[in-house]
Amino acid sequence: MTTDTNESGGTATVADTDFARDSLQAHSLGEAFQAYLNKLRGGDMGSLPAILGLIVLAIIFGLASDTFTTKLNIANLITQAGPICVLALALVPVLLLGEIDLSAGVAGSTGAMTAGLMIVDHGQSWPVAFLGAVVVGAVIGVVIGLLVSRLGIPSFVVTLAFFLGLQGVMLKFIGQGGSVRFDNEFLRGLAIKNVDPTVGWIGAIVIVVVFAGLSLRTYRTQVSQKLQHPPMSVVVLRIAALAVILLGVVWFLNQNRSRNPNFPIEGIPRMLIVVAVLLIVWMFILNRTRYGRYLYAVGGNAEAARRAGINVARIRTSAFVACSMMAAVSGILLAANTGKISPGSGGGNVLLYAVGAAVIGGVSLFGGRGRATDAIIGGLVIATINNGLLLLNNASWINSVVTGGVLLLAASVDAISRRRRSAAGV
Amino acid sequence: MSEPLLELRGVNKSFGVVHVLHDIDFAVYPGQVTALVGDNGAGKSTLVKIIAGIYGRDTGDYLFEGKPVEVHGPRDVAALGVEVVYQDLALCDNLDITQNMFLGREQTKGGTLDEPAMEARARETLASLSVRTVKSVRQTVASLSGGQRQTVAIAKAVLWNSKIVLLDEPTAALGVAQTRQVLDLVRRLADRGLGVVLISHNMGDVFEVADRITALYLGRVAADVPTKDVNHSQVVELITAGRSGNLGISENPATASV
Ligand SMILES: Nc1ncnc2c1ncn2[C@@H]1O[C@H](COP(=O)(O)OP(=O)(O)OP(=O)(O)O)[C@@H](O)[C@H]1O
Ligand SMILES: [Mg+2]
Repeated sequence: MTTDTNESGGTATVADTDFARDSLQAHSLGEAFQAYLNKLRGGDMGSLPAILGLIVLAIIFGLASDTFTTKLNIANLITQAGPICVLALALVPVLLLGEIDLSAGVAGSTGAMTAGLMIVDHGQSWPVAFLGAVVVGAVIGVVIGLLVSRLGIPSFVVTLAFFLGLQGVMLKFIGQGGSVRFDNEFLRGLAIKNVDPTVGWIGAIVIVVVFAGLSLRTYRTQVSQKLQHPPMSVVVLRIAALAVILLGVVWFLNQNRSRNPNFPIEGIPRMLIVVAVLLIVWMFILNRTRYGRYLYAVGGNAEAARRAGINVARIRTSAFVACSMMAAVSGILLAANTGKISPGSGGGNVLLYAVGAAVIGGVSLFGGRGRATDAIIGGLVIATINNGLLLLNNASWINSVVTGGVLLLAASVDAISRRRRSAAGV
Repeated sequence: MSEPLLELRGVNKSFGVVHVLHDIDFAVYPGQVTALVGDNGAGKSTLVKIIAGIYGRDTGDYLFEGKPVEVHGPRDVAALGVEVVYQDLALCDNLDITQNMFLGREQTKGGTLDEPAMEARARETLASLSVRTVKSVRQTVASLSGGQRQTVAIAKAVLWNSKIVLLDEPTAALGVAQTRQVLDLVRRLADRGLGVVLISHNMGDVFEVADRITALYLGRVAADVPTKDVNHSQVVELITAGRSGNLGISENPATASV
């Protein structure tokens, strides 16, 4: 390496010839599609099963119920999906490490309860209350994280203890059968208000333009430095797909969906904005920062990460902190949805729905694999199942059975693709 | 012979009451492959870990480029330009080759990962080592064969302008063809002027690539000789008995009073 400086020009040309025909390099749309199929066959399915499932579910419910596809119901579905999606997103860093946080749902509601009490009992403003909730989440996360990373207690056990303990804490503060009002105009508005239609259009267009700009810039760098890159057609297709989806959603939600002609309801639910912002933040963290890379590395091979100089214990602790803080946000969204916090909030199915959402979306339970978008797509699947089944009949037992079945299915897909990956070595 | 790049003088190491290394003198020369041989438990890995900064030494000096240096941990050693390729490789299966090569030392631009720069440098390094068996630096490591993984681990070690690379049994789990690749790579590293330390139990490998052989016997240096001055059976004797003819430890340390 010491003699390298003077021959670096020569090395670069060697590099070109050696890797000019990268086997993973797709030069046309057809080749790119073939490469994608190979990836699927190798067991790297990503969120494809969830997307297909979502389409199938939408068709089934659309045919079986006349209300499912109404604008009002779709907007409702999105609002219901919000807390699940955010909680699933919260679990992503923990799941990436191959850990689990069973307490996230309850921790979230403990945070929301804190916010609620700060507003109702202490007359605090919503930003202060919001901050309080997030701080409570962070404290819970630090304790869980330290117990897991320093003492080495399995996260399953630590968070199960917190699941029980925090429910007790909530019962103590709220009282049996009681509830905390959650009617702060702004926070409650996250679940029941919509964004002005013009703002929706502008937001969507800005996102598409920024995405297009970044994609094209990356493409240009990759081509000019002769790095591995997808064909131009794929880049354009991706931008077009995002544009169609985003603009389509905005167009759909910007129409009046009110049953009462005197009170128009239109615009994107604020909930969707919150989810979108958090999604973008986490996509950035996971894909573009060292921290994100370290989460994947520790989840993939903790010993390798340690030898690479990564502070594994700190990464592990921080994942639980991030999870509980995000869970607090999810708890607030849930409280905003229902308008109150009761001692049972965040308990019951909430956490399992979120784990189900992440796994259905394609986040591996074995660690090291999964993206932020997976959690959101999975959350939509869970919310759709809930929403659709409730429209068809009011029996919640069917709902639980179906959701449990879907979770099992998703976990099987995860386990099977993991086996295929190690067999195919992709 | 040129100055050693790295030198240990009179190093002793005990784990509790177990005295594992006795008065070890060990040197790594630029442009040479030094084979470190010895029976199971002779202390090879312990010596490598002392050099790597993972273990401290009880007594003895650590010299780098002729000057005594204080090393307090793996980071200090990495800063000197010493890299270790562990036997169990330490790669993340879920990350690709580039990501693995830069793990823990990612390049950033404006606070975000600079993927193009890292990818370009990973390719350049692999190409400069004449690695042709890896098709793409964006392949995940899970899809690589044992030899290719070893290649990536070694390339990772030389990416950082390192001056010394220590390889702990790099060919132990490999087939014939893959051992070939790795040995060629080891030789090329030395030809580029790096000091290479190769731990191996395979005498064929040792005689093929090593310029010097340091034999450890029960935690002592039994011999430190140029490869051309010894033959197979002498080295085997040094490993198993600590002496061979006029080479080796004069009295049997197992029975000698320590
Ligand atoms: N952390 C430790 N604590 C106590 N004893 C140790 C420790 N590490 C190594 N030893 C002892 O030191 C001696 C040398 O071990 P070492 O791993 O260096 O041998 P080696 O030459 O690498 O053997 P192998 O060929 O089997 O890898 C052994 O007797 C071992 O039991
Ligand atoms: Mg060893």
